[in-house]
Amino acid sequence: MAEEVLVFGAWGSPFSRRVEMALKLKGIEYKYIEEDLTNKSPSLLKYNPVHKKIPVLVHNGKPVAESLVILEYIDETWKDHPILPKDPYERANARFWAKFIDEKCLSAIFKACWGACWGEEKEHEKAEIEHEKAVKEVSELLQFLENELKEKRYFGGETVGLLDIAANTIGYWLGVFEEASGVELLTREKFPKLCNWANEFVCVTAIKENLPPRDKLIAYFRNRFGAGNASK
Amino acid sequence: MAKNDVKVLGAWPSPYVMRPRIALNIKSVNYEFLEETFGSKSELLLQSNPVHKKIPVLIHGDKPICESMIIVEYIDEVWTSGPSILPSDPYDRAIQRFWAAYVDEKWFAAMRGLRSAQGEERKAFLDQVTEGLALLEEAFGKCSKGKAFFGGDRIGLLDIAFGSFLGWLKVTEKVNGVKLLDEAKTPGLVKWAERFCADAAVKSVMPETEKLLEFSKVLAAKMKGAPPPKN
Repeated sequence: MAEEVLVFGAWGSPFSRRVEMALKLKGIEYKYIEEDLTNKSPSLLKYNPVHKKIPVLVHNGKPVAESLVILEYIDETWKDHPILPKDPYERANARFWAKFIDEKCLSAIFKACWGACWGEEKEHEKAEIEHEKAVKEVSELLQFLENELKEKRYFGGETVGLLDIAANTIGYWLGVFEEASGVELLTREKFPKLCNWANEFVCVTAIKENLPPRDKLIAYFRNRFGAGNASK
Repeated sequence: MAKNDVKVLGAWPSPYVMRPRIALNIKSVNYEFLEETFGSKSELLLQSNPVHKKIPVLIHGDKPICESMIIVEYIDEVWTSGPSILPSDPYDRAIQRFWAAYVDEKWFAAMRGLRSAQGEERKAFLDQVTEGLALLEEAFGKCSKGKAFFGGDRIGLLDIAFGSFLGWLKVTEKVNGVKLLDEAKTPGLVKWAERFCADAAVKSVMPETEKLLEFSKVLAAKMKGAPPPKN
């Protein structure tokens, strides 16, 4: 049977881009379907009735949802260019940090960039304190990742792995958020290794080809969330 | 393997701590259970899990592994001579992982919301919990394919992920005066729950509902800031 691989995604989403990055790394051909998240297609709702979200990978008619679950499925189905190491402890480590990025980092970054701008107007001083707290939290989280990188070229070692792909939010989207909001978070002084990694990461062919255009993304976030939290 | 080569840092009421213990039992691996004192965190815990400072932590030799479902997958990958916890087919594995994530991120979040909610909010959380159980009933039908567990003939990843919450589910039923698992609405899950709790790998680590109910009162008091009842 001819293999059919579909990816339902959104151009600006780091989560659906992860799926595409993994498929590209392994040289797997797929058909991409762009979803309008304000008007979700019947297909998306059929393939992901529980969450109604992108990304969804559909392999020969069978849907898989949740980006990290999809990445593991891709690695287990197409064995070339493995993205998880063989050693169980290293695998657990990669999974741990991927979860850390998704559960802790993204929301903290958003808060630092746009926190006080959401919801009602807050008193300037209170907003300032909350902003400083949020920036400090992001700094602590990024420090964990900086330490985890050690002297490696990529989180995955010599080649890009699952954790690098999961860290696309840090490697590319974070820079976009910083520019859109005017808040500086990933500074070279504090995070030299992470900055080097981000530069290497976006140069990898399979990654580069799957990054949304920077200007378009910046404009989108500025538009959606406002000019951001930078001290006026 | 020497017993003190494998340690689990945890606490008896925690559903998350139950998970690696069930997994180790499935694999017949001896381990030392190091119980944390309620209300404080040991040096060992802070050293082994500096990022989250949470239980459970599995310490294998000198290596700490954190996050309950990541620990379960680690156990499955290390002790390959025991029964498999994850199925071999990649699609089946993806389905198990998908629902395990759902249980943690959506369903139990609603259960926790229900615990502290008042009035209108309570009804909203209760609806979310029962809708979730309807989804899980359907998932059970598809995953079990007529067999005893989500994992088939034996307990698997999703059984562990969801089953570990059964103690707290029973407490929630008592405290709220509702039936969450119901022969009419979730017949598959009702029978599954009985089998899960009776399983040899689970029995010794599933807390008694009464004990858990007492503990939930201590927890509620602590959250409100009242002094805990004397032992």
